[in-house]
Amino acid sequence: MMSSIMRESHIMKIHYLTALVAVGFVIIHIMIRFTHGSFANSLEFESVIANYKSIPYAIVLEAMLILISVHGFNGLRIILLEIKQGSAYENAVTYGCLAAMIALIAYGSRTIIMASMGMV
Amino acid sequence: MTRVITLPKGFERPSNLGSQQKYEEVKSSSKTITLRISKFNPEKDSASTFLEFTVPYQKWTTVLDAILEVKSRHDHSIGVRYSCRQATCGSCGMIINGKPKLACFTKISELDSDVVTVEPMNNFPIIRDLAVGFERMFTTHKRIKPYIINEESEISGTKEFLQSPEDVEKYIQFASCIKCGLCNSACPTMAADSTFIGPQALAQAYRYIADNRDKGKDKRLKIIDERHGIWGCHFAGSCSQVCPKGVDPAMGIQLLRGYLLGYRK
Repeated sequence: MMSSIMRESHIMKIHYLTALVAVGFVIIHIMIRFTHGSFANSLEFESVIANYKSIPYAIVLEAMLILISVHGFNGLRIILLEIKQGSAYENAVTYGCLAAMIALIAYGSRTIIMASMGMV
Repeated sequence: MTRVITLPKGFERPSNLGSQQKYEEVKSSSKTITLRISKFNPEKDSASTFLEFTVPYQKWTTVLDAILEVKSRHDHSIGVRYSCRQATCGSCGMIINGKPKLACFTKISELDSDVVTVEPMNNFPIIRDLAVGFERMFTTHKRIKPYIINEESEISGTKEFLQSPEDVEKYIQFASCIKCGLCNSACPTMAADSTFIGPQALAQAYRYIADNRDKGKDKRLKIIDERHGIWGCHFAGSCSQVCPKGVDPAMGIQLLRGYLLGYRK
């Protein structure tokens, strides 16, 4: 069990910390969007790919991906554990959220790495 | 020798009136409310129903007085738990007009309503009508070790534990808990999470951790630092709002979190 590996207070420290740091990165992200290029065109394909080619900006996006995934999936775990209880259910939710978090980070990182290396 | 006690004027007992006659006189001369009492027997009923009674009341009549009035004159079968009638035993907690309150500590005149609805406390299993089971709360209360943990003892005479007024101030409000269960009844997390430790037990954990005679901090913090422990609290604050003894469990929980997050020692 995740909570037998880590005490709940350690998980919550990570939860609070990821939220606080993510806010900082999201502010940086929004400021870059407003100051670099046209905001209206920021979701166009060329514009998105160009973002990944900038290594510092790719690092910001990667950090946001990790922080928000960790915080979000732990939040989801907390909500699901409050809705229903039971050993089997709780373990399924905990490991399910952990697996989903790892999968999302892996898939997102793959996209960021491929785009920044010009493979897309 | 017979001792004759003369009561002051206005306090004499009108011995010439029968009990029922007196009641009818009081009833006709005082204001009345409609008392709606929830009836539910888990062995027989599938859902609760409400019985309505017209009850006379004075300025000082409490909800418990009104329930006992109904119980003695209209329906003996009403299930209600009570004992001290002075907000000390914590037995008569119930939902009064939608809010968890002690029936003996709630005056009808203060409710400002012609209809008073009484229901059993939320988040507790109903035994019958207004009486609920306290097993879960007493179990969680025991789990947090609600006593001073210290190898040295004042009783055996090895040491005298001195406390300054400042030391006492840190925990004294939490020592006022009468275990009435109103905080647990008001807690939204208790409603959703059947294994949540609850504000009553958490406030008591803080009460002993904050006591400088106690050495059981690490043990208690370990008990509350689990999946359905302290982190289930969403800080709604309703526990503190309903406490009839002025205990602030929500604050106790936040102070406990300080120990676990490392900004309190």
